[in-house]
Amino acid sequence: MMNPIDNLNKLFDSRVRLGIMSALMVNEGISFNELKELLAITDGNLASHLKALEENNIIKVEKGFIGRKTNTTYAITKPGTKAFKAHLDALEKMIRATK
Amino acid sequence: MNQHQQSLETLQDIKKMMERSSRFISLSGLSGISAGICALIGAAIARPYVFSEKNLLIDEPAGIAQAVAGDYSIIFNTWLFWIAAATFISALGTAFFFTWIKSRREGIPIWGTTARRLLINISIPLAVGAVYIFRLIHFGTFGLVAPGCLIFYGLGLINASKYTLGEIRYLGYLQLLLGMINLWFVGYGLYFWAMGFGVLHIVYGVVMWYKYERNTGNQF
Repeated sequence: MMNPIDNLNKLFDSRVRLGIMSALMVNEGISFNELKELLAITDGNLASHLKALEENNIIKVEKGFIGRKTNTTYAITKPGTKAFKAHLDALEKMIRATK
Repeated sequence: MNQHQQSLETLQDIKKMMERSSRFISLSGLSGISAGICALIGAAIARPYVFSEKNLLIDEPAGIAQAVAGDYSIIFNTWLFWIAAATFISALGTAFFFTWIKSRREGIPIWGTTARRLLINISIPLAVGAVYIFRLIHFGTFGLVAPGCLIFYGLGLINASKYTLGEIRYLGYLQLLLGMINLWFVGYGLYFWAMGFGVLHIVYGVVMWYKYERNTGNQF
């Protein structure tokens, strides 16, 4: 039997990234500031995690303007949804296996 | 910590974040209580006008002229309109106040995607209801106004329940039930209205406060 831990995606191996993914799964798009408030972390910390997820095509960035202020929103990509669901399945299997 | 516990905690984190990011959870039980009290006071003030113990018209000669001319502005010449407006504004104002206090204490901004979604989803049934009731008044079917208020408000709450603490759905079901029963007791609308907007709001507020805020030190 395959070890279920192998199915866990290393990309989601952080509380912040799990938080970002959970919020994006149930919202069409969330702005940088809203994510920051939800997760209660610093700009730099959030930006680095978002960058990593973006580089792996898990999330996509849309840059827009509200008046003169920049408004960056983030949304989950199709491969991102698939990867996160697979990660959740793996978590579930692990819980069942170790019960 | 073993693997099993860790995975469980991760899942709980995920669930919490999904909930927090998609629902407006700052709605305070105290808001329900304050809105209910405003409704009861409003109903008590309105009672003598509804049952014709006091003159409904503010300026009677002008009112008669307006009635003869079929002028819509007659509605602004009635005490009931201003009592209703004052009740609505004070209920909304005090409800907003307690929710604002709660959101500030929890450090969640009061205005955001979740608040916007909640507002849009409750407003659609309410706006349709307002148009419908406006036409009911136009055709003089006053007995159907209170059931209409209760039914459309109930639908609004049920529609909004997906975007805030889910228990508000049950308040919606009860408003619907009360509104429908009222359809068979036309003429007792004010009592049904006071029951729905007054008593039910207070009961709901107390239950919600007891469940979510009792232990969080919601004192000023």
